[in-house]
Amino acid sequence: MSIMEYNGGAVVAMVGKNCVAIACDKRLGVQAMTISTEFKKTFQATPKTYIGLPGLATDVQTLAEKFRFKVNMYRLKEEREIEPRALAHLVSSTLYERRFGPWFVEPVIAGLDKENRPFICSTDLIGCINFAKDFVVSGTTSNQLYGMCESLWEPDLEPEDLFETISQSLMNAVDRDCLSGWGAEVTVITPEKIITRTLRSRQD
Amino acid sequence: MDTLVSKYANAASSASFDNADNLGDNLSGWDAATKFALPAFDIPMVANPTDFLRAHTDASAENRIRIQHGTTTLAFKFQGGIIVAVDSRASGGSYIASQTVKKVIEINPYLLGTMAGGAADCQYWERELGRRCRLFELRNKERISVAAASKILSNMVYDYKGMGLSMGTMITGWDKTGPALFYVDSDGTRMKGERFSVGSGSTFAYGVLDTGYDYNLSVPDAIELGRRAIYHATHRDAYSGGSVNVFHVKETGWEFIGNYDVGELHWHYHAQPKGVIA
Repeated sequence: MSIMEYNGGAVVAMVGKNCVAIACDKRLGVQAMTISTEFKKTFQATPKTYIGLPGLATDVQTLAEKFRFKVNMYRLKEEREIEPRALAHLVSSTLYERRFGPWFVEPVIAGLDKENRPFICSTDLIGCINFAKDFVVSGTTSNQLYGMCESLWEPDLEPEDLFETISQSLMNAVDRDCLSGWGAEVTVITPEKIITRTLRSRQD
Repeated sequence: MDTLVSKYANAASSASFDNADNLGDNLSGWDAATKFALPAFDIPMVANPTDFLRAHTDASAENRIRIQHGTTTLAFKFQGGIIVAVDSRASGGSYIASQTVKKVIEINPYLLGTMAGGAADCQYWERELGRRCRLFELRNKERISVAAASKILSNMVYDYKGMGLSMGTMITGWDKTGPALFYVDSDGTRMKGERFSVGSGSTFAYGVLDTGYDYNLSVPDAIELGRRAIYHATHRDAYSGGSVNVFHVKETGWEFIGNYDVGELHWHYHAQPKGVIA
């Protein structure tokens, strides 16, 4: 079994009209056994940027702290918040530093830049960035998520519709994956506010 | 039934296909018992068929497709007969292939088999067992005992030991001796017992089952215990899920109790006060 599938988990991000959404499942497993159903995989990086870290749970926690440290240092040095695009490159180079002994995590970044333009991207475990205009997926459920997103996503969704689309995509995708699910958390970022909702889903 | 018995009884001794003209006459003397005494399988034409099969079905093989490795099944004897409960998920790797699999195989109105391991292996061999149990009935004018039926199954799969068959099954039923429960697997193990759980989620199911088990459980309480044990296994085991199917084996044969979707069952149990078992 691949180390990327050791703990299970899924993250997806989508672009809407002047808004973005990021969502994750809440399972933490050790191979077949579900240990926790409260293990969230998305973290707030700046007031308008979130980072999702699916993959090996020990690295998820280490990297979440590492990125928190780096984002804070950036703010202190630059006296401004890091832009989502800059954060993507920060994540990428942090991962490539471990080119020959990687962190087993494939991050997703979603946020609004200083002009409130939506930004999403994902990277592989050694930092290859994938910029997307529509949606990005990551984790053990990525195949299923691609299928759901390709069929449900459409351009210029309003925040409420984007919430519905990303929620349905994630919930239906994880219902076809043994290693993900057991609840979900969805965050919609708009210029005015951030809405985070916890979803009830199948517990098997 | 007597007509059927006599038809098959004399046919076995007089069947002859030498004369083509008499082919029609002999058709009535066609004997399934002789014809299909042992199922025949094509064997790959390689030096070592066992190694060949292993190379293509092992976990490391790139083109490995084996559905339904994860499962939770259980059966237990109690005062009112036997309760059989199973989940309904079929998985290929971590992909969920189906959430609506029937893992209780109805061999005949008095015999039930459960399914864990390779779905095809369980389905085929339990169907074959059903056929042999029917032939036994026709020849002996009485129903086969559960002990004999389970031994037919274990002997059949033992012939293929080491060739990659994968099944862990419980054979249950009611015969002259009362309720009976046997565990049979593809290694050739066959055990009589009063409480079994099989599959990747079996340890979780055992936890609930052993805690709540009592031989004197009432029928509704026993059904609830079986259902709850499977539910808890589906919750903790990634490869078990879907819905719970419950059967009750009684003197008059088995009865299907119900199908309970775990998606709803979880919130049903969630609303109940904690610390209540069965």
